[in-house]
Amino acid sequence: MSDTPFAGLTIGVLALQGAFREHRQALERLGVQVREVRLPKHLEGLDGLILPGGESTTMAKLMVAYGFDRALPDAYAQGLPMWGTCAGAILVAHEIAGNPEQPTLDLLPITVARNDYGRQVASFEIDLDVEGLDAPFRAVFIRAPRIVSTAPDVHVLARHAGDPVAVRHGHAFATVFHPELSNDDALHAWFLRELVAHRPTLEASA
Amino acid sequence: MNQETEGLQGATGTPRVKTGFAEMFKGGVIMDVVDAEQARIAEDAGATAVMALERVPADIRAQGGVARMSDPDMIQGILDAVSIPVMAKVRIGHFVEAQILQSLGVDFIDESEVLTPADEAFHVDKFAFTVPFVNGATNIGEALRRIGEGASMIRTKGEAGTGNVVEAVRHARSVLGEIRRIQSMPVMELMTYAKDHGAPVDLVRYVHEHGALPVPNFAAGGIATPADAALMMQLGVDGVFVGSGIFKSAPGATETTEKHRAWTKRAESIVKATTHYQDPDVLAEVSRGLGEAMVGINIDTLPEEELLASRGW
Repeated sequence: MSDTPFAGLTIGVLALQGAFREHRQALERLGVQVREVRLPKHLEGLDGLILPGGESTTMAKLMVAYGFDRALPDAYAQGLPMWGTCAGAILVAHEIAGNPEQPTLDLLPITVARNDYGRQVASFEIDLDVEGLDAPFRAVFIRAPRIVSTAPDVHVLARHAGDPVAVRHGHAFATVFHPELSNDDALHAWFLRELVAHRPTLEASA
Repeated sequence: MNQETEGLQGATGTPRVKTGFAEMFKGGVIMDVVDAEQARIAEDAGATAVMALERVPADIRAQGGVARMSDPDMIQGILDAVSIPVMAKVRIGHFVEAQILQSLGVDFIDESEVLTPADEAFHVDKFAFTVPFVNGATNIGEALRRIGEGASMIRTKGEAGTGNVVEAVRHARSVLGEIRRIQSMPVMELMTYAKDHGAPVDLVRYVHEHGALPVPNFAAGGIATPADAALMMQLGVDGVFVGSGIFKSAPGATETTEKHRAWTKRAESIVKATTHYQDPDVLAEVSRGLGEAMVGINIDTLPEEELLASRGW
C-alpha cells in the first residue's frame, strides 16, 4: 500500500463505543495505519483522530472517566486534526441545545440538538452534494443531531433541507451523518487530504 | 427502496439505515429496565440503549404465566424519560405487537424467546417494518434464518433470567466457531452446508466471503458481572445485553438509596468492562466492591419446559 498518497500516516479512531470498526476499514482501504484509541496514552504520535458514531452519552461518560475530556482539547490545541461523525459531532461541538450544562469538548463552534431529526423510524439515507467531492455522497442519517447554529467563521460543506450537515473550522471537521456506512471512502479521503496531509503547523493555526 | 421515489426527505427503513443503527450499539451495553427510574439509572451509567419490559426475565421465570408485550403506557414512560434509544420486546411471531411498538416510536424491537411465543412455526417478517429487529440465536443456522427474515442484529439467547453465563458462552462459541468453519470451507461445500443447517445459501456465501455475519452479533442471557461482559467480548461478540443482572443485583439491600448506588456501580462497571474488555488492569479495577450479584440459577437444575433458549424455529 506504499503507493497510496496517505502511506505513512497513522490515524486514531476513538474506540470507546460505537461504529469504530467501519471507520477503521475505510481508513485501511485508503492505505493509512489505524490505531484504536481507548486511553489517552494511545493518542501519542497520531496524525489525525476520528470520533465515531455511537451513543454520545455513553462516550461522554467514558471520556470523562478516562481523562479524554482534558487530553483531547490538549491534543487539538497542539494541532491534531479531528473529525466527529454523528455522536462524534456532538462530542466536538461547543454546546448541546437544550442541555448547555452537558459537557462537550468544545472544539468546533457549533451548537447541536441531539436526535433532532427524530427517532430511529425517521432515520434515512439520501444523496448529498458535498463541497470538495466530485460526485454526490450517499449520506446515512441515524437519529442524527441537528446543527442548529454555527459561528460566522465555520465553513459549511454540505446542507440538507437548509441545515448544515458537514462543517469545518480550523482542523476540526464534523458530519452529522455516517460516512463510514456508505461504502464510499470519498469523505475519508477528503479528510486525509484536506485536514491531515496539509496539517497546519501549530504556529499557523494559532 | 427506489431512489427515484425517495424524494427530498430521503429513504427510511432501508437495510443500511436499519443495520447501520445496529452498528452504533457495538462495544456497548443494552440494559433491561422496568420503569423510568431504572431507565435513568441505566442512561446515567452509560448504557447505549435500554430494553423496556414489564418484568425482567428473572421475574418472568419466578412468576410464570404468559409473558407478553409491555403496556404502551409503560413503554411511553420510558421513551419520555431518556434520550438514548429504547428497545422493547414482542413475542415470537406476534407481528401485531410489532406494529404497535413501531407506532409508539420504539427504536428497536426484540422478537424475544423470553416472552411466551405467539407462533410455533413462523417468525415476524421483519423486512415489512421500518423499525429494525434483533433476534436471538443458539447456532449459525438459526442466526442466518433470522437475518434471512430481515433481522438487523443477532444476539445469543443464553438462558435469560438465570445469572448464569454458560449458555451464552455455548451459543457464542457455536455461532463464532461455525463462522470460522464456513470461512475456511471450499466453495463447493457451501450449498450442502446451507441445507444441513437450514440456512439461506446466499447468507452462507456472505459469511464465507466476509468471515462475519452481515449484522452485529451481541451476547445476551445470564451476564451478571463485568467479567462476564468482558468474557463475551473476548470470545468475539460485538456488545452485550444485560437483563436481570443489574436490577436484580443487591438483593439484600433494604434501602432504596443503597440499592440505587449498588445498581449504578454495577451498571457503570459493566459498561467500562465492555469498552476495556482486553485490559485486565481496568477489569480488575471495575470488578472491585460491587456488592452482591443476583443470586442466579444453575441451568442443569431447570426442567426442560422452563428453558427459554429452545424457543425459536
